[in-house]
Amino acid sequence: MSYVKCLKAKESGTEYPIEPRTICDNDFSPVEVQYDYDAMRGKVTRESIEAGPRSLWRYKDLLPIEGEPRAGFNSGWTPLIKADRLAKKLGVDELYIKDDSANYPSYSYKDRVVSVAITKAAEFGFDTVGCASTGNLAHSVAAHAATAGLKSYVMVPHDLEEGKIVGSRVFGPTLVKIKGNYDDVNRLCAQIADRYGWAIVNVNLRPYYTEGAKTHGFEIAEQLGWRLPAHTVLPVAGGTILPKVWKAYQEFIKLGLVPDNKPAMYGAQAAGCNPIAKAVAEGSELFHPQKPDTIAKSIAIGNPADGYYVIQHLKESGGFAESATDPEILAAVRLLAETEGIFTEPAGGTTLACAIKLIESGRIPRDEPICVCITGNGLKTIECMAGQFEEVEPIEAKIAAFDTLVAGQSQPVVVG
Amino acid sequence: MSAPVSVTVPAALRPQVEGQETVSAPGATVGEVLCGLREQYPAFGEKLFPNGGEQINRSINIYVNEEDIRFLDNFGTPVTDKDQVDIILAIAGG
Repeated sequence: MSYVKCLKAKESGTEYPIEPRTICDNDFSPVEVQYDYDAMRGKVTRESIEAGPRSLWRYKDLLPIEGEPRAGFNSGWTPLIKADRLAKKLGVDELYIKDDSANYPSYSYKDRVVSVAITKAAEFGFDTVGCASTGNLAHSVAAHAATAGLKSYVMVPHDLEEGKIVGSRVFGPTLVKIKGNYDDVNRLCAQIADRYGWAIVNVNLRPYYTEGAKTHGFEIAEQLGWRLPAHTVLPVAGGTILPKVWKAYQEFIKLGLVPDNKPAMYGAQAAGCNPIAKAVAEGSELFHPQKPDTIAKSIAIGNPADGYYVIQHLKESGGFAESATDPEILAAVRLLAETEGIFTEPAGGTTLACAIKLIESGRIPRDEPICVCITGNGLKTIECMAGQFEEVEPIEAKIAAFDTLVAGQSQPVVVG
Repeated sequence: MSAPVSVTVPAALRPQVEGQETVSAPGATVGEVLCGLREQYPAFGEKLFPNGGEQINRSINIYVNEEDIRFLDNFGTPVTDKDQVDIILAIAGG
């Protein structure tokens, strides 16, 4: 049984049946899945969720699928880490890392949205799926499509990191490299969706796809012991995840699963692609598109289609947006690795770097629970770390050579 | 009068232009061409510029030769019949 009611336009309120659809015909605003929350009360409970599988499908009642899941059986339910060593370093009392660099099977938060989109594509009877991607989505679509036995076309910018190209191609999709940046890829994909009858996960399956991002927020709340962090810092690219984590929090509040602590949301962007942070800093409701120039390629979207809604949620929740330079991003990647043993991609470095700046500026108080959301894995973008470490010279396979090496290091070594 | 400039229309807007994939209107700038199209197809114009206003629907992006006009001179961007003008709806992704 599903609690899904219909699709509803975010602005005009026009209702549509559950069908492949990107936008409202009247005003072209996004359409969102609506649920029957009244029917959920007393049925969707902490206990019913806790009895579910250890995957994102434990929140199936709050996702827009009709039958059983067709993909993502092991996706989601990633670690929420109490980051005490990092907290101490930053001088804050209570810090958590939601770690989607450990998501399955493609090591980014995209496995959440794609699990729902592929299930929906199968329900609608599509045999081909596709996406416009900065890399992580391509990787995830290719992997999930392979599992579900669907054909896939993944469209990416031509200069993507090799880890994401190989990580996608190994699953056998048709990978299309497009000359230009992500915004060029996205523009072309809008035209492809018009012409071909495929399920483009972030176009005509977008209302379903985006709902999968809620599971990131549901898990934070449940893993925190059925409460919400006071402050949640998320990366902002196209603008999918931040409004959906906000929606997840609001749904749990509405269902009485967590107390309403008025959670604040914060957006993180790279300084080389910060249309939202710039608009927020200027107090503007609208953003101006930018040409991205940053190592954080997975969030290098200069014309975020959902940017307007991100700005709204940041304001509504009492949060803010910040941006970080490439050196700050790399320093944060290393800080997270050295303190908490998590190797994230530059997007994660951006989120942490911005969280640090928000803490230091006093926007985020040091004595309230903070959650920093890590959405991707550093092993897919190792070229970004070039020049970060000194060359390691090989030594002779002799104990004397090792002794000399150790003697030359500043750290005391206990032998014996 | 300048030669008509062709403009491609996304599927969602084609009902307002009799199902055509491409429409055209004379004009020396993007603004003039869109103004001509508003006159030819009032329902289409209303979708582009809601409530008869001058502010374009924020879900609609206009490109000249594959460049967003917001990086050019916006509605003042000069165009000729040799240029490719596309109307494309904003879609999210990543």
